[in-house]
Amino acid sequence: MTTTLPKSDELSLDLYRQMHTIRRFEEEAARAYAQGKIGGFLHLYIGQEPIAVGASSVMRPDDYLLTTYRDHGMALARGMSPRAAMAELFGKVTGCSKGLGGSMHFFDVEHSMLGGYGIVGGHIPIAAGTAFASKYRGEDRVTLVFFGEGACSIGDFHEGLSLAALWKLPIVFVCENNEYSMGTPMSRTMSVEDVSMKALGYGMARDRFFVESVDQVREHLAEAIERARTLSEPTLVEIRTYRFRGHSMSDPGKYRTPDELEDRKKKDAVLRARAELVDEKGLKEAVEKLEAEVEEVIADAVRFAEESPEPGIELLEATTYSGEFAR
Amino acid sequence: MPQMNMVQAINDALRLEMRRDSRVVILGEDVGKVGGVFRVTAGLFDEFGDDRVIDTPLSEGGIIGAAIGMALYGLVPVPEIQFSDFIFPAYDQIVSELAKYRYRSGGEYPAKIVIRTPVGGGIRGGHYHSQSPESLFIHVAGLKVVCPSNPADAKGLLLASIRDPDPVLFFEPKRIYRAAKGEVDEGDYTVPIGKAAIARDGKDVTVIAWGAMLYECLEAANQAAEQGVDVEVLDLRTLWPLDIEAIVASVKKTGRVVVVHEAPKTCGLGGEIVALINEKAFLHLEAPPARVTGFDTPFPYTLENEYLPLAHRILPTLLETARY
Ligand SMILES: Cc1ncc(C[n+]2csc(CCOP(=O)(O)OP(=O)(O)O)c2C)c(N)n1
Repeated sequence: MTTTLPKSDELSLDLYRQMHTIRRFEEEAARAYAQGKIGGFLHLYIGQEPIAVGASSVMRPDDYLLTTYRDHGMALARGMSPRAAMAELFGKVTGCSKGLGGSMHFFDVEHSMLGGYGIVGGHIPIAAGTAFASKYRGEDRVTLVFFGEGACSIGDFHEGLSLAALWKLPIVFVCENNEYSMGTPMSRTMSVEDVSMKALGYGMARDRFFVESVDQVREHLAEAIERARTLSEPTLVEIRTYRFRGHSMSDPGKYRTPDELEDRKKKDAVLRARAELVDEKGLKEAVEKLEAEVEEVIADAVRFAEESPEPGIELLEATTYSGEFAR
Repeated sequence: MPQMNMVQAINDALRLEMRRDSRVVILGEDVGKVGGVFRVTAGLFDEFGDDRVIDTPLSEGGIIGAAIGMALYGLVPVPEIQFSDFIFPAYDQIVSELAKYRYRSGGEYPAKIVIRTPVGGGIRGGHYHSQSPESLFIHVAGLKVVCPSNPADAKGLLLASIRDPDPVLFFEPKRIYRAAKGEVDEGDYTVPIGKAAIARDGKDVTVIAWGAMLYECLEAANQAAEQGVDVEVLDLRTLWPLDIEAIVASVKKTGRVVVVHEAPKTCGLGGEIVALINEKAFLHLEAPPARVTGFDTPFPYTLENEYLPLAHRILPTLLETARY
């Protein structure tokens, strides 16, 4: 179940630039976190970048996207500026949610990014609702909703799938299965490890693959998006992937062996994309140039975040209700 | 007696009770092999095995629903919900089922479970990792609600909770999980449910608090003392049933009262406490009862130290109430 898409060096370079941007963004975020400039929780997407970039590159700008707390990569891939993203992490008023949300709660109306969600699975039926609304309005906007395999055990996941299949909604459910739900491997939390099988009970189309490259993500998701856009039918896509860091910055990840981690890092699709560009296509110069540009963008984002002011307390009330309310 | 922090004291209570009573089982996300996100159940999987310390899928409704069923069959489950903010997928099970078993069986058949869950702010977790939902549970008749402020109480109250005949929500203030340390008896003892403690003796104003905010109240009380105001601090320890006798006794002594909690003000437990004081000690009051609480907004990521009722927010209200 894949669609063949045109490929060009220009496109490959651009996809690599996006993946590299996300990775560098998060490496710098991790550094700022270690320095205490970012508080709370920071869930890094490092290792999973081809999914956000591949998905976003085959979505239309007005297609909706909802994802989990591991949301930096998705937001950047959709077009959020690294400045707005970094400032949000730093809790600054120039951030995408005015610094009130932080890492897990990005939101970007302009880019149809309807949020990172901290309650696992809670956003899945909500995504069915956005898909319903676009169908209701006769628009051909598609909704993509992302979640981990951990979410497949909670009721909201099943309720979202059930509604989408019943109402034939234009939606793609994407399970980024990185094999661990926090510290617990999927073998200890799932009776069937093939997540895509869950679609069968709802009579829903399904797809499943082990991610190797951003192109492969594009091909698979383009097919599912097409099904949603032209037939108004949902698909459950399971993408097997791996996160190279702990669940969040406070997780030392002792439940995985160093060997397992090293083994998976060898398959890093971002480094492989780079190697392909440099070694096979002879684009070393272009790659190094774009990497230098990315460094600038990220350094600028950090500077911007550091220099921006914090939100004032008066923002709290104004962002809770639409008008004044009694105390 | 050994020094313990809250995490160690709660772990100690769980271990002690699991050794003593084979009906006690633990279930929850990452509670087994990993030992819990806050390490509260560390080591229990190794000692008691995977049929007593059960790693569950991400499934709060399933965890609490299954725990209720286990209890109906005579087990004593102590499920953990990773953060109290994640308890809401199980809210239906708690409100519609757990709270009502004793009532619907004509008083004969309680569902005895103790739900342990970290609560409150202080770790910059933002709106999904910081809330204090105690009043949402107190409002549901049939549940007891406990929130200790120090390791010795945590152990004794948890043992009392597990042995209590009713279902208990056991809120663990995550801000002081490791910061609050103290001597803890290694043996078996309980701290009674429904009994407050006087954390600081005073005669001018009563401050009522619990959990992590107790320390902020003590700090504010010390600062007030420098200005000649002698504050009594009451640590509720059990939020429901309230120790109304202790509250009334203190208010009768001071005539002035301030309630402090992290949860938003509106319909927070402070409102109920003030109402009870009005009902039972109105003629002893010399100033309007006051509340220092979280705001009526979601819990913010950045403005945590403004939102939380920390000492700098408590002190002015203490002085105002004392000088009214
Ligand atoms: C309802 C709910 N329960 C528990 C949690 C705590 N929690 C956050 S992420 C997580 C694991 C989720 O794993 P998975 O869905 O596989 O996504 P991943 O983090 O691997 O991307 C848990 C247990 C939560 N945020 N919400």
